[in-house]
Amino acid sequence: MEIVVSLVRQLRDSLRDLAPVVLVMAFFQLLVIRQPLPPALDIADLLLGLFCVVAGLTLFIKGLALGLFPVGENLAHAFVSKGSLGWLLLFAFALGFGSTVAEPALIAVAGRAASVVAEGGLIDASDSVQHGFAIALRMVVAASVGCAVVLGVLRIFKGWPLHLMIIMGYVLVLLLTLFAPAEMIGIAYDSGGVTTSTITVPLVTALGVGLAASIKGRSPMLDGFGLIAFASVMPIIFVLLFGIVGLPLLSGALS
Amino acid sequence: MSLMPTLWRTLVDILPIVAIIFGSQYLIIRKPIKRLAQVISGFCMVWVGLSLFLVGLEQALFPMGELMATQLTDARFLPDILPGDERPWSDYYWVYLFAFAIGASTTLAEPSLIAVSLKAGEISGGTIDPFMLRIAVALGMALGITLGVFRIVMGWPLHWFIFAAYLLVILQTLRSPRAIIPLAFDSGGVTTSTITVPIIAALGLGLASAIPGRSPLMDGFGLIALACLFPIMTVMGYAQIAQWRTKRLSRHKRRTQR
Repeated sequence: MEIVVSLVRQLRDSLRDLAPVVLVMAFFQLLVIRQPLPPALDIADLLLGLFCVVAGLTLFIKGLALGLFPVGENLAHAFVSKGSLGWLLLFAFALGFGSTVAEPALIAVAGRAASVVAEGGLIDASDSVQHGFAIALRMVVAASVGCAVVLGVLRIFKGWPLHLMIIMGYVLVLLLTLFAPAEMIGIAYDSGGVTTSTITVPLVTALGVGLAASIKGRSPMLDGFGLIAFASVMPIIFVLLFGIVGLPLLSGALS
Repeated sequence: MSLMPTLWRTLVDILPIVAIIFGSQYLIIRKPIKRLAQVISGFCMVWVGLSLFLVGLEQALFPMGELMATQLTDARFLPDILPGDERPWSDYYWVYLFAFAIGASTTLAEPSLIAVSLKAGEISGGTIDPFMLRIAVALGMALGITLGVFRIVMGWPLHWFIFAAYLLVILQTLRSPRAIIPLAFDSGGVTTSTITVPIIAALGLGLASAIPGRSPLMDGFGLIALACLFPIMTVMGYAQIAQWRTKRLSRHKRRTQR
């Protein structure tokens, strides 16, 4: 019974996420554009799709709250109290990597990026090559979030100043942009925002806050958050590097 | 895209995190998981939910974003120009308005932002007004997307905008009250929810392929990046204004007491 109530509450949250998008689009369709929908787009299909989005998101987030989050938080506490930095860093990397691989927004955008890159002629247009590119992009982003979490955990331990590290990250982004192929720059910048959506933020925040709370002299408010800031800069650096080094290798290997 | 292949593919997607969680629980920590049945049913819900979401995404969210982009840039919809003339950027005013409306409305309704802003109001002890904070984040998001759309229309390089934004963020970080900085950086990530990201991505790509002279590959990306950066600036800006006003108010009080 309890689970039904919480599912309904989550359903309301998902609907509230979707409602402004639908309302703004409906407003523009009815009052500004005032044209019939193109024949390729069936209104029933659209509604069914929207239903899938809402139902899917509700199940997804509720499932995370039931399964992944409690176990993940327990594990984070267990690793912190175990006291071995090596294991903790390994766990931090795995957590960042694993949660980003399953991030829905990243799956969606990586697929889109693959087809755009193929249309642009950077990689072969066949399905298998596109699929390979999307997977490679997601792995690169996931590895970058893993490294970002490791760096964030190290920072909390050592007490390194956050703003200096962020500024260094920005400078690195700036330098790499000069060398990266122009086609990859937009994709790289966008991948920084895609990673911090549904799974990564709560899991990683739980790890950071748990760590900061268990180390003397660190405040959860000031030190716990740095993980997210890293998780949005590091993917840019990694994807730019991927554009410089990985893309030539990848197109060689796939064709 | 139909449900069955998607189900299979998402199973592969969530396997790594499942392997990491169970692996470290049983091999390193060596303790049984509490409430195993609940955890397993949770993972099954994640699996089915993610598959449904991705199917719906392909069927509704992506087409909707692209449809808006093509309709708003359609030659029959835009004001008439003389043949051979280049269209001025100001003709796309409905596009800018749409981008602004999508950015502001999705952010104001975002449930996680409401929770965060209430908490920030408590911590700050009254100097930060939760509602004003939400306005600041929404304004940042809306400005970011609108500027990103304007960039696509003009075809200017994305990295100019990013560098300028980085510079401003760095300068503001050095000047802002220290307690707001975490919140400001977080607000950039909070605004881009799982529903908003695909819509914005589709809008950018659709615009870049519909506007003459732009290519999706060179111009289509970047909206998400700007939508994440601008809230950082507006939140720190709001904190600076709030701090300045409190200071002025207390100085004023002291003067009147004397």
